[in-house]
Amino acid sequence: MSAPSVLYDAPGPKARTRNAFYTVLFAIALLAALWWVISAMNDKNQLDWDKWSPYLAGTEAWTTYLLPGLQNTLIAAGLAMLMALPIGALFGIARLSDHWWIARPAGAIVEFFRAIPVLLMMFFANEAYALFTDIDRDIRPLYAVVTGLVIYNASVLAEVVRAGILSLPRGQTEAALAVGLRKGQLMSNVLLPQAVTAMLPAIVSQLVVIVKDTALGGALLGFGELINQARPAQSYYGGNAIATLIVIAVLFILINSLLSWFASWLERRLRRRKKGSGAVLGTDMIEEQAPGMHLTGRATGENTAGGL
Amino acid sequence: MFDLFSEDYDILGAFWVTVQLTVLSAIGSLIWGTILVAMRVSPVPVMRAFGSGYVNIVRNTPLTVIIVACSLGLSTTLGWTLGGDDFDESGFRLAVLGFIAYTSTFVCESLRAGINTVPVGQAEAARALGFGFLQVLTLVVLPQAFRSVIAPLASVLIALTKNTTVAAAIGVAEAALLMKEMIENESDAIFLVTAIFALGFVILTLPTGLLLGWVAKKVAVKR
Repeated sequence: MSAPSVLYDAPGPKARTRNAFYTVLFAIALLAALWWVISAMNDKNQLDWDKWSPYLAGTEAWTTYLLPGLQNTLIAAGLAMLMALPIGALFGIARLSDHWWIARPAGAIVEFFRAIPVLLMMFFANEAYALFTDIDRDIRPLYAVVTGLVIYNASVLAEVVRAGILSLPRGQTEAALAVGLRKGQLMSNVLLPQAVTAMLPAIVSQLVVIVKDTALGGALLGFGELINQARPAQSYYGGNAIATLIVIAVLFILINSLLSWFASWLERRLRRRKKGSGAVLGTDMIEEQAPGMHLTGRATGENTAGGL
Repeated sequence: MFDLFSEDYDILGAFWVTVQLTVLSAIGSLIWGTILVAMRVSPVPVMRAFGSGYVNIVRNTPLTVIIVACSLGLSTTLGWTLGGDDFDESGFRLAVLGFIAYTSTFVCESLRAGINTVPVGQAEAARALGFGFLQVLTLVVLPQAFRSVIAPLASVLIALTKNTTVAAAIGVAEAALLMKEMIENESDAIFLVTAIFALGFVILTLPTGLLLGWVAKKVAVKR
């Protein structure tokens, strides 16, 4: 976007007055909404200091509820990512296979698991572990959450890997074949190393999705992560639901903003780099892709193509 | 084995609630998302700040937290039931509110990417004709942007369809909640139960993707 924007002219005296008027109007509307929320909270005594003090002034609430919850969130997200990545890479590469009897089933599995909600797989895993294994009751929710996340995210990452490999210039494949590399060598020595670099930002932003999805396990499977602590904490501290939820939301927002920022920093860095093929999978392309549509159309640089 | 369409389990009814949740939230988030993107590109700095602040905060919050906050925070604590007469009705409305708040951020981001694909000359020509900001946006830029973001918006819609399962966290009687109940009661048929619900979601999401993918190709602006 050029300065200040092509959507409107540089404001003259009249436009400046008008913008100032809108600024004031919008600020008043915002403040009115804020006032409405705050007075509603005040009516239910949600702004009293004793509702907030466990989180702002003490450490007990943090060590009993929040920090163990946060730890569980991070453990589940980390485990899920570590397991989903190799499985996803396997399926992504299988989908690119020259043999239809490998490519088609891999494609069908990936599309199927991307089409169904992650929560369904968590419910299934939870019940399957309860029936067919003797995993302890206490640890079973963690297993179920991680299993569900791995199945879903492996199929998402399979698409990312595929898009990453397809985003590399054709010359890479041609040159490798020309010097006599076999297909396996081409993949492991030439394409995959470059694709992994290109995929890094997309992988980090998928981590945001995983962290957000761990909360499902807390709300529905009794997995002791952050949001699971909301109900016990708010009843222990005398019904401070608003304060508890805000603190939990802020923790999630901090983690995810940090990850998003890191992803876009990686993307900027990789785009600037002179070495390599210059292929980068952006962070924006990963969000919740639809089954039956292909990522590859938007894989490289399309949204930077000289628009507004 | 259990009787699939027995009166104990209303599978079609549960999926009907899922469809209702999806459609109402989709309409709401399309409207609120468009308003948000208009704010994000507007000439008024306060609106721009509000737009980007809202999007960055809400999209980094787990949907589960938003939905639980709607129930535990808004309904239980503050007593806002959004005009719902009973627990089921207010739960449904609160869930729709949460989905709109969350999904609109993705609509906003998709639309913003769509605005970026409109050639600069379009807006320049509109300004040369003397159009103001709202006219440039609503008459020239947004119509072209919408046509180029059908595919990303379809992805958002499909993600929303799957996300409606989160409403089970506050007891809205949609498909995932029924599946949880069935899978616990019919433990000899968990594969069948899972397959039925998975199939239900495939039936809901796959045609949407195929249809809107076709529409996206059809309406794409040829440049």
